Amino acid sequence: MEYQSETGRLNILGFWIFIGAEFALFSTLFAAYFVLINRTAGYITPGELFDLKLVLIMTFLLLTSSFTCGMAVHEMRNHNVKRMMIWLAITLLLGLGFVGYEIYEFVHYASEGATLSTSAYWSAFFVLLGTHGLHVSIGIIWIIGIMIQIKKRGLTPKTSSKVFVSSLYWHFLDVVWIFIFTGVYLLGMVS
Amino acid sequence: MNLRWDEFIVTGDPLILGAQISIVLVSIALVFGLTYFKKWGWLWRDWITSVDHKKIGIMYIIAALLMLFRGGVDALLMRIQLAAPEMEFLSAQHYNEIFTTHGTIMIIFMAMPFLIGLMNVVVPLQIGARDVAFPFLNNLSFWTFFVGAMLFNISFVVGGSPSAGWTSYVPMAGNELSPGPGQNYYLLGLQISGIGTLLTGINFIVTILKMRTKGMTLFRMPMFTWTTLITSLIITFAFPVLTVSLALMTFDRLFGTHFFTLADGGMPMLWANLFWIWGHPEVYIVILPAFGIFSEIITTFARKTLFGYKAMVGSVVIISCLSFLVWVHHFYTMGSGAAVNSFFSITTMMISIPTGVKIFNWLFTMYKGRISFKQPMLWSIAFIPNFVIGGVTGVMLAMAAADYQYHNTYFLVSHFHYVLIAGTVFACFAGLVFWYPKMFGHKLNEKIGQWAFWLFMIGFNVCFFPQYFLGLDGMPRRTFSYLPEEGWFSLNFISTVGAFVMGLGFLIFVYNVYYSFRHSARETSGDCWGSGRTLEWATSSAIPPFYNFAVLPEVRTIDPYWHMKEDGQESQKEEDYKPIHMPSNTGLGFIMSVFLGISGFGLVFEWYWIGLVGVILTFACMIYRSFQQDDGYYVPVEKIKETERHASV
Ligand code: HEM
Ligand SMILES: [Cu+2]
Repeated sequence: MEYQSETGRLNILGFWIFIGAEFALFSTLFAAYFVLINRTAGYITPGELFDLKLVLIMTFLLLTSSFTCGMAVHEMRNHNVKRMMIWLAITLLLGLGFVGYEIYEFVHYASEGATLSTSAYWSAFFVLLGTHGLHVSIGIIWIIGIMIQIKKRGLTPKTSSKVFVSSLYWHFLDVVWIFIFTGVYLLGMVS
Repeated sequence: MNLRWDEFIVTGDPLILGAQISIVLVSIALVFGLTYFKKWGWLWRDWITSVDHKKIGIMYIIAALLMLFRGGVDALLMRIQLAAPEMEFLSAQHYNEIFTTHGTIMIIFMAMPFLIGLMNVVVPLQIGARDVAFPFLNNLSFWTFFVGAMLFNISFVVGGSPSAGWTSYVPMAGNELSPGPGQNYYLLGLQISGIGTLLTGINFIVTILKMRTKGMTLFRMPMFTWTTLITSLIITFAFPVLTVSLALMTFDRLFGTHFFTLADGGMPMLWANLFWIWGHPEVYIVILPAFGIFSEIITTFARKTLFGYKAMVGSVVIISCLSFLVWVHHFYTMGSGAAVNSFFSITTMMISIPTGVKIFNWLFTMYKGRISFKQPMLWSIAFIPNFVIGGVTGVMLAMAAADYQYHNTYFLVSHFHYVLIAGTVFACFAGLVFWYPKMFGHKLNEKIGQWAFWLFMIGFNVCFFPQYFLGLDGMPRRTFSYLPEEGWFSLNFISTVGAFVMGLGFLIFVYNVYYSFRHSARETSGDCWGSGRTLEWATSSAIPPFYNFAVLPEVRTIDPYWHMKEDGQESQKEEDYKPIHMPSNTGLGFIMSVFLGISGFGLVFEWYWIGLVGVILTFACMIYRSFQQDDGYYVPVEKIKETERHASV
């Protein structure tokens, strides 16, 4: 369906390459994070702050949203626009929940004395997670835009390739989160 | 940042005052001229909003030539300051600013855009495509590059220039040692133009993979297309690293993070590593397309197929992989340890093997060819010995132990100018002259062009060869003044003379553009050198029509156009014409880039609300674009017939 039109095909390949670039971007952020991982300069450490319950909720929200997003694409291929829209809406709500918890988390850490400028470690932490969170937020706005377009124009080869591309993006953010979950949170709590 | 008015505009230096006055005068003249000749509409409709890859390419090249001029003036100012001991032409701070802007502009805003411009003009034609895969994105790429470049360029009159070198090592580039907006200009100018470069990379990968005409398999692609493909891959994986590094330093400077600071756990070496993980591949981004250009020109003017085509492709691929594994050779002396240094020393030396393969292949291509020594060929032949000098001294630098001796001396300065100028700049000139008739419908005058070539080439050697000896005599790079006792005077003086000879060569080149516009014969055939081998020469006219090919060609061999001519089937029949689908022009790329530029300007001065408004408006444009329904339009057969007839007189 999404591969029907020539532009659709080009866009999808282009988007895969873009994801390659995003991959390089997040790798660099991770590299910076791991280089600075012990550099708390005697200030508050991640072990003192991280809270497993909160992180598990966030992980649950984002992983589920990836699943519902997949359902949306599945329904799109069955030409069931209404169900697709519903799954997309659920995806967005889960995404919003995730962003909400992340904001709460950041505010909480700040109140405990861990901000961007506390130490190299926290700079790396906030920039890495902030970048991911920003990507999720942009994804939300983007998918809302696509939903409006589908409401107005229906499911065409063009709009369907947009749905597909945005779902790729959404899954990608999920994958990045899994790295964050293990590399940042689990490792931070162990040490 | 709280700035007083008189700090906002840079004052107190006669050179800069002169520059300010001339900027104002030139701007007034431009506005006046455009209004007087009623050219605003033409500029907007035919150029600014154009999505035609050839026009975008031309705009890239013009911008790059302007930057070459600016960077060249910087270079001459430095050379004047160094011409004699204890000169008082520039102050130390001013010298620092100038070598920083010179290096940055030459690499980011001159060499790379020049090559991207040539890619834009040539690659879609070479693969027999109507346009690039994402024409709107292409327009956007150009404008983000342009706006980024302009943002960087105004630094010397508004607010002050960066002065921490083009490598911006911390702590030099940190808040304590580089206060004020200068370093911010570096960070944001590069950031904004970097977006455009990344988009270009993605665009060309998709274009080359998906838009090739029938029969154009990967191993029938011309070398320039191959190098463009590989370069685009390097761009896609290297530029995000730059994006992140710049963003982290911006955060350090504006929001008090501690990535690279000395205090609170920051790590200055992290910057050096991140910068060169991008920076070394960047060097290959500007050399590989140059190799591609030389390959095209050498085969065309030797009238032979490229010797060892597959080996050429293979060596490009190997070079590109190795380019990600050598970055530490830029800072052996910063204490990475012997084992690390040895590893990077070996990987670096390995690069000389595939490069050597290429050199021999070019020589074998010329061997027994009927060579015609026209301007493009002269630049290409001159490239080989000069580049080899640069390459050999590069291998000397690659030895970690020896590097402790040469590092940060003029030996290094000479080495990288030999590779960058003999490699990239010669290729830019060669490619420009070679494809000039394709772009503008007439050749550059041969005689004037040869003058420009010889002056530039000889001036270049006079300028940089003595610098190897200055380096061995211990003259450090980035020195703004020296004492008579040090005995560096005569070599420095010769070097400065050489620099001016090069400058003269450049001016003659520019004059040639004007002269040829007035006096050169107009081209009537597409194959204007008479020995074109690849598809760009098969387009129907000297200035290819905006849809490139009336009928898309079919390819059966390497060097398809050469074989078409041999089989006598280069002309297309009118019966075969079908309506052609083309994208429509749009001003959105320009508008978006201007918003990004405003945002960047705000952030340079830490006026956050301007920064924020600019970013929001940029996003608004993106949303608008996503909602826009514009599927382009069809060019009717009648129109094609008319265009083709008109083109072939
Ligand atoms: C047109 C003739 C040119 C002349 C006379 C020239 C001259 C110079 C001089 C005097 C320096 C300063 C050396 C120092 O004090 O350490 C320099 C640095 C540099 N040049 Fe050139 N240059 C020329 C062209 C180019 C070109 C075409 C490129 C790149 C494509 C280039 C790239 C650089 C770089 C990267 C630096 C190092 C800047 C830094 O240390 O931050 N130059 N050049
Ligand atoms: Cu290098």
